[in-house]
Amino acid sequence: MTVPYAQVVGWIEGFASTMAENREYLTQLDSAIGDADHGINMDRGMKAVLAKLEGFEGDDVGGLLKAVGMTLVSSVGGAGGPLYGTLFLQMGTATAGKSELEPEDWAAALDGAVDGVQMRGKAEVGDKTMIDALIPARDAFRSALADGASFADALNRSAGAAEEGMQSTIPLVARKGRASYLGERSAGHQDPGATSSYLLLKTAAETWSGAG
Amino acid sequence: MKKLINKPEDVVTEALQGMAAAHPDLLRVNFGPNYIVRADAPVQGKVALVSGGGSGHEPMHGGFVGMGMLDAACPGEVFTSPTPDQMIDATKAVDGGAGVVHIVKNYTGDVMNFEMAAELARGEGIEVEAVVIDDDVAVQDSLYTAGRRGVGTTVLAEKICGAAAEEKQSLQQVAELCRKVNANGRSMGMALTSCIVPAAGTPTFELGDDEIEIGIGIHGEPGRERRKLAPASEIVESLATPIVEDLPYEQGDEVLAFVNGMGGTPAIELYIVYNELHKLLEERGIKIARNLIGSYITSLEMAGTSITLLKLDDELTRLWDAPVRTPGLRWGT
Repeated sequence: MTVPYAQVVGWIEGFASTMAENREYLTQLDSAIGDADHGINMDRGMKAVLAKLEGFEGDDVGGLLKAVGMTLVSSVGGAGGPLYGTLFLQMGTATAGKSELEPEDWAAALDGAVDGVQMRGKAEVGDKTMIDALIPARDAFRSALADGASFADALNRSAGAAEEGMQSTIPLVARKGRASYLGERSAGHQDPGATSSYLLLKTAAETWSGAG
Repeated sequence: MKKLINKPEDVVTEALQGMAAAHPDLLRVNFGPNYIVRADAPVQGKVALVSGGGSGHEPMHGGFVGMGMLDAACPGEVFTSPTPDQMIDATKAVDGGAGVVHIVKNYTGDVMNFEMAAELARGEGIEVEAVVIDDDVAVQDSLYTAGRRGVGTTVLAEKICGAAAEEKQSLQQVAELCRKVNANGRSMGMALTSCIVPAAGTPTFELGDDEIEIGIGIHGEPGRERRKLAPASEIVESLATPIVEDLPYEQGDEVLAFVNGMGGTPAIELYIVYNELHKLLEERGIKIARNLIGSYITSLEMAGTSITLLKLDDELTRLWDAPVRTPGLRWGT
């Protein structure tokens, strides 16, 4: 069972809608421990991605994801631009030339996403960042596949792990990004980057729920 | 939200259009990607200085583009780092063949975007040296944070390095000088009120009527502590003492004292701050040899102040005094 190119486009479009819907929520989370722009920036970036997709042709998932990454790099700004830009660029590299995604391709894309975000942001699990959602999600996806789960089930377990990872950031003291300036006062707030990362993977699980 | 704007989404573009209309003798503005370059860019054989950061800190950085200071500035969205495509195009537009220094404030987004831009520029054969300014003593534990933020010293570094570049100093010399300014500069700020990002429409943080935030960053990021409003003398002491003790600045030192307004504080209050700072430094035997008083690195309409000290030597003093002609700073020409 696989995810065809058109459904990868559907995931990107779905993520754009999710960012529009969660614009205020993410900005509100960011205003508690950051600089109150994460939802605004992600929404602006994904709207730019939608505009870019209109003229996009072909069936290369890797090319699509790289274009998404480049568009985010040039339209988001802040830390989110380089981090989400690098995430999609690395996912694109991992899936270059694929017209559909096998579960193993998605696992490779998640590896690329994690490696890219860590290379750019130098964060570890527990630093209260996107990584707190991404690494558990990647690991859960791989272990689900090892357990013989279907692609759709593995995506659900991956999204569930991302959600737990996102919630795990609430008590953490931030060690990266602007939230780190708060020190102990950053504890008790959910990390906006981990939240948008969870939403990204939740959107994948929902869009691809038919993948067997 | 009560602001002198048309639409929140047009704030940055319309302010840039205003700058272009106001200062055609000093600078040009490019739109899409957005950047500001000095009117005579590129200046052949001169090291070019490029800085940038979120908008909302005006006059920094765009107001410092011109002779004797920056060659280009990349304005991001309000309080959001600019993007690598802006930085690359600005870098190319000002490269006069002697290399380009990127002056980067130590904020996670700024650092990452400038890193990506420098990688791309080097790939295109342009020599780029990046210098990160991290002078904010309010951030204490740099092992467990993103490190000290870049604040007031940035303005001083842009002025001093701009003068060195006008003297046709080399890329390595200008970059080293920038690191020297950073190493000898320290800052700390405070807020009396919050500020409202136009696109957000609500205050970035809540501060009670009788509360102040000590150690604030320039985007309203909280600082060391929140406390009750106190007389200016006490506030200045709680900003200046950590600064003085950090470097440390010692008896006999000559400094440049920079008292900065955060955007919503009148000059009359900045002079009260300067008066307190002057007394405090005099007691410690530290001589203010140069000063800068005014709102140069702001946080939208936030009321508050930041203090920056830069330890001077003959080289830094000479370069500070050198002519500069920008919308924000202008003397000697």
